[in-house]
Amino acid sequence: MRRAPIALLALGVVLAALPLVLPNSYYYDIVIRMVINAIVALGLNLLIGFAGQISLGHAGFFGIGAYATAILTAHLGWHPLQALVAGAVGAAALAAILARPIFRLRGHYLAMATLGLGILIAMVLKNEAAYTGGPDGMAVGPLSVFGYQIDGEKQWYWFFAATLLVSIWACRNLIDSPFGRALRALHGCEVAAQMAGVDVVRYKAIIFVFSAFFASVMGSLTAHYVGFVTPNLADFFYSIELVTMVVVGGMASIFGSVVGAALLTALPQALATLEGWETVAFGLILMLFMVFLPAGLVPTLAARFTRRQ
Amino acid sequence: MVLLEVSGLSKAFSGVMAVQDVSFRVEAGLVYSVIGPNGAGKTTLFNLITGIYQPSSGEIRLEGEQITGLPPHRLAQKGLARTFQNLQVCMNLSALENVMLGAHLSLDRNLLKGMLSFPRIRRADRALREQAAELMRFVGLKDYLGSPAGAMPYGALKRLEIARALAAKPRLLFLDEPAAGLNPKETAQIDALVRQLADRELTVVLVEHDMKMVMNISDRILVLNYGKKLVEGSAREVRNDPEVIAAYLGRAA
Repeated sequence: MRRAPIALLALGVVLAALPLVLPNSYYYDIVIRMVINAIVALGLNLLIGFAGQISLGHAGFFGIGAYATAILTAHLGWHPLQALVAGAVGAAALAAILARPIFRLRGHYLAMATLGLGILIAMVLKNEAAYTGGPDGMAVGPLSVFGYQIDGEKQWYWFFAATLLVSIWACRNLIDSPFGRALRALHGCEVAAQMAGVDVVRYKAIIFVFSAFFASVMGSLTAHYVGFVTPNLADFFYSIELVTMVVVGGMASIFGSVVGAALLTALPQALATLEGWETVAFGLILMLFMVFLPAGLVPTLAARFTRRQ
Repeated sequence: MVLLEVSGLSKAFSGVMAVQDVSFRVEAGLVYSVIGPNGAGKTTLFNLITGIYQPSSGEIRLEGEQITGLPPHRLAQKGLARTFQNLQVCMNLSALENVMLGAHLSLDRNLLKGMLSFPRIRRADRALREQAAELMRFVGLKDYLGSPAGAMPYGALKRLEIARALAAKPRLLFLDEPAAGLNPKETAQIDALVRQLADRELTVVLVEHDMKMVMNISDRILVLNYGKKLVEGSAREVRNDPEVIAAYLGRAA
């Protein structure tokens, strides 16, 4: 934990230096997507890694944010910020309503319930074509705040990079706070946490709502960045990708989420030259990761590094 | 003053009466022990009082207030704390954090304030860290102040649970076999520790198999057998009771 400020600083330096080596907008786009995924994975890691719960429908909340932005700005003429807040509050409200019944479930049942939720959201987005444009999606206007408009991949890059650093800082604070300690405790030993006065169902619900809110905000911002939304944003496969980022990077590791997101975003691009075999290679690499680094990339390497010292 | 009053408490597990019509009172500031042969229902009784199980019938009152069937986190708010016979330690936390968890309810648990690292939250947490370290020294864990809980031996974890329970500053402390599985030296240390707690006027309800410890420190003793109350009394009364001797050693033919 004590090394983390240095790691945060190091990441800041890397993010600040990256534009010097990024040759064109294609690479900018990849890095921006890495950063977006890292932020969403970070929020999901609070739920999966720290609280020990699972959500296989997290892309659904991302989709809610993206579509709230698209629909409210295009059809109703709302200001982007209003739409962003409305989407996030809506996603949080949906999560809150479902949290109580969902978190009475555990393990496989919890996985099924969240999976179903994600699929439902994706289906609604696909079928309500009158509002959502259906499978074809719809265009989204630019993000302008107080007369200033974020424009071009460089500005977006700085915007998302700053958001990532602030998110990491906030998540670190959170898990070190009394709330975060209780969250980690209910993961480690639910009975002990209960006996210490932690209302475990409530805590699980709060962090679920929070990570839904987080995902929705990122969905809204992503919609503005891409300028277009399709139901794929809320897709089941994106949910699985997010969970994979958390697990491969390292559960309960903040920088694990960042590394996992970077890796899983870059891999398909790097493997694209394999022509048709990229999915196979992708799966194989993931399997090897899980076999040889079951605790996740960052925690395993961190443990190896400290042992050598 | 009667702190805890249990009346007519019963628990059936699919027809088997694990605890049957048990009644007793615990006076404030005393050490009250529950003993009995294996399977007598001691831990079940603890689990009923601390909200882990729901009683089938009966009543539990804390200073006259009805607390029957409340969940553990509500009971913690009312000043109950306990340790567990089979360890319940958060292995993903450090030893110190486990003890700090015990004081959960005394802290500001707001998510947003925590996330923005409000100075007041940080200060309170730093003060708690000191208190938790102090408690760890008190229970004899000063060598583990910087350890992850997962790296601690069994005997130390037993004491860590006691420190965590104490961190809650409970009105009523339940210790479920604190000396179980320990060697004679460790048992003597736990014995001394529980005695220190008793000297601090803390009300302790103790389940323990180590008879020397029980007889030494208990003000009152409740003997359970087959889920029923067999005898209740002082150490001397219980020790000489023919029913108790029969339950432990078997009845002479």
